[in-house]
Amino acid sequence: MSDGPPPLVEAKGVARRFEDGTVALEGVDLFVQAGSFTALLGPSGCGKSTLLRLLAGLDAPTGGALDWPDGAPGAGETGFVFQDATLLPWATVWENIYLPLRIAGRARNSVTSEIEATIRLVGIEGFERSRPHQLSGGMRMRASVARALVTKPRLLLMDEPFAALDEMTRFRLNDDLLRIFALQRCTVVFVTHSVFEAAYLAQRVVVMSPRPGRIVAEHVIDLPSVREASLRTSPEFGAVCRAISRDLEAAS
Amino acid sequence: MTGRLTRSLPPVLIGIAFLALWEVAVRALAVPTYVLPGPALIATTFVTDSALLLGSLRVTLKITLAALLAAAAGGAGLAFLLTRSAWLERSLLPYAIVAQVTPIVAIAPLIIIWIDDAFAALVVCAWIVAFFPVLANTMAGLKSADPHLRDLFRLYGASRLQTQAWLEAPSALPYFLAGLRISGGLALIGAVVAEFVAGTGGAATGLAFRILEAGYRLQVPRLFAALVLLSLTGIVIYAVLNAVSRWAMRRWYGGEG
Repeated sequence: MSDGPPPLVEAKGVARRFEDGTVALEGVDLFVQAGSFTALLGPSGCGKSTLLRLLAGLDAPTGGALDWPDGAPGAGETGFVFQDATLLPWATVWENIYLPLRIAGRARNSVTSEIEATIRLVGIEGFERSRPHQLSGGMRMRASVARALVTKPRLLLMDEPFAALDEMTRFRLNDDLLRIFALQRCTVVFVTHSVFEAAYLAQRVVVMSPRPGRIVAEHVIDLPSVREASLRTSPEFGAVCRAISRDLEAAS
Repeated sequence: MTGRLTRSLPPVLIGIAFLALWEVAVRALAVPTYVLPGPALIATTFVTDSALLLGSLRVTLKITLAALLAAAAGGAGLAFLLTRSAWLERSLLPYAIVAQVTPIVAIAPLIIIWIDDAFAALVVCAWIVAFFPVLANTMAGLKSADPHLRDLFRLYGASRLQTQAWLEAPSALPYFLAGLRISGGLALIGAVVAEFVAGTGGAATGLAFRILEAGYRLQVPRLFAALVLLSLTGIVIYAVLNAVSRWAMRRWYGGEG
C-alpha cells in the first residue's frame, strides 16, 4: 500500500460495534507511517474518536486488527490530547505535567529538567504554579499538550484538541504544534472536523464517512513542509481545501 | 458589611418581636411556668443552671464529635472499599442501607445491652445515624471522576491504588465534604436520641438526659434552656463544618474554586 518508511501501525479491516448494536467503524484500513502527521477528518459521528481510542489501546476492535510492526506502544509511549484540556482541576500546571511521570514512578526531583524543557517547548513558562481554572482556554490546552509530550511519546493522538478555542488562538496553536512536531519527530494522528485545520497541519488527510465510519478518501498534502500563516490565504492551499471539501461532502 | 447587616436585620427583628410577644402573652395570661415559661425566665435559668447544663453539653458534644469522626473515617473508608469492586458494592451496600433506614430508637436498646461501656454504646448509636451521608456521597464522588481523566490514567498504566489516590479521592473531596455537613447534624441527633433511649444506662448526664429529667420534675424552664442549648449546638456544628469545607475547597482548588 505504501513505499518508503515502514508503518508505525496499520489498521486492517478494523470494525467496532458497541453492545447496543451501533456500528461505529467498519472495514477501516489505515496506514500510519512512522514520523508522519496524519489528520482524520469527518463529520461528527463518523467514528474518528473511536478510531483514535483504538489506536491508544483504550478500546479494542470487534473486527479486524491493528498491526504494530515494532510492537504496540507501552505505557508512556502514547500521548493523548482530548478536546477538553482534561487537567486535574486541583493540581497546578506543573503537577499536571508531572502526572504521567509520577504514574511511571519517577521521583519529583529527578524530572525537573524534563518538565522545564516541555514547559518551554509549549510556551507556558511562568504558569507552572497556576491552577487550570486560572488559565485561558488556550493556555489550558498548551498545558494538556505538554502533559502528552512529557514522556516523549512515539505516538501523539489528538482528538479535536483546538475545536473549542477561538480562531486566533487556534491558528497560533496550529503553528506551535507544527514547530513542536518538527522538533520532536513523533508520529501524530490528529482528529478534526475542520478541513482547513487538517490541510494546514497534516501531510496526509484521511476523510471518513459517518455511520458506519469508514475511510472514503485520502489526500497527500503537497504543500511546502514549512507552513506559515501566509499559506492560509494562498491559492494552492485553497485548491487543496476545495478538493478535500468535495470528498467530505460526498461522504456525508 | 452594610449589605450583610440589612440582610440579617429582618430575621433578628422578627426573632425579638416573637420573644417579646411570648413574654407579654405569658405574663398577661398568667401561664404557669411548668406549662410555658417566658423567655426571660428561660434566660435566667440558663444562667443559674449553667454549670449543670454546660457539663451535660460537654458529654453530648463528646459523643457527637466522636460519632462524627467515626462517620467521616468509617463512611469514607467504607466508600473506598465498596467502590473497589462492583461485587463488593452489590453485596455490602444493602446492609449499609438497612442500618440507615432502621430507626435508631429501635436498635439503640440492643446496642446498649451489647456494649458495656455506655459512652461507646452511645457513640455507636450516633455513628449509625450519621455515617450514611458520608458513605453515599463519597461513593458518588469516587465514581464522579472525569471519564477522560480515567482514560488518561489507564493510558499511562496507572495502578488501581494510583488511580484511587490521585484521581478518585481528590474528585470525591467536595462530595465527601457535602456529606460531612449533613452528618454533623445527624451525629448530634443520634447522640440525643440514643441518650433518650439509654435512659439511666450509666453515662446519663448528657443534655438529652437533662431534658428528660427536667420533664419528669416539671422543671420546664430548665427543659427549655437545655433545648435552646441543643439547637445552638446544632447550628454551631453546621457553621463550623461549613467553614471547614469552604476552607478546604479553597485550599484544594487554589483561590476561588
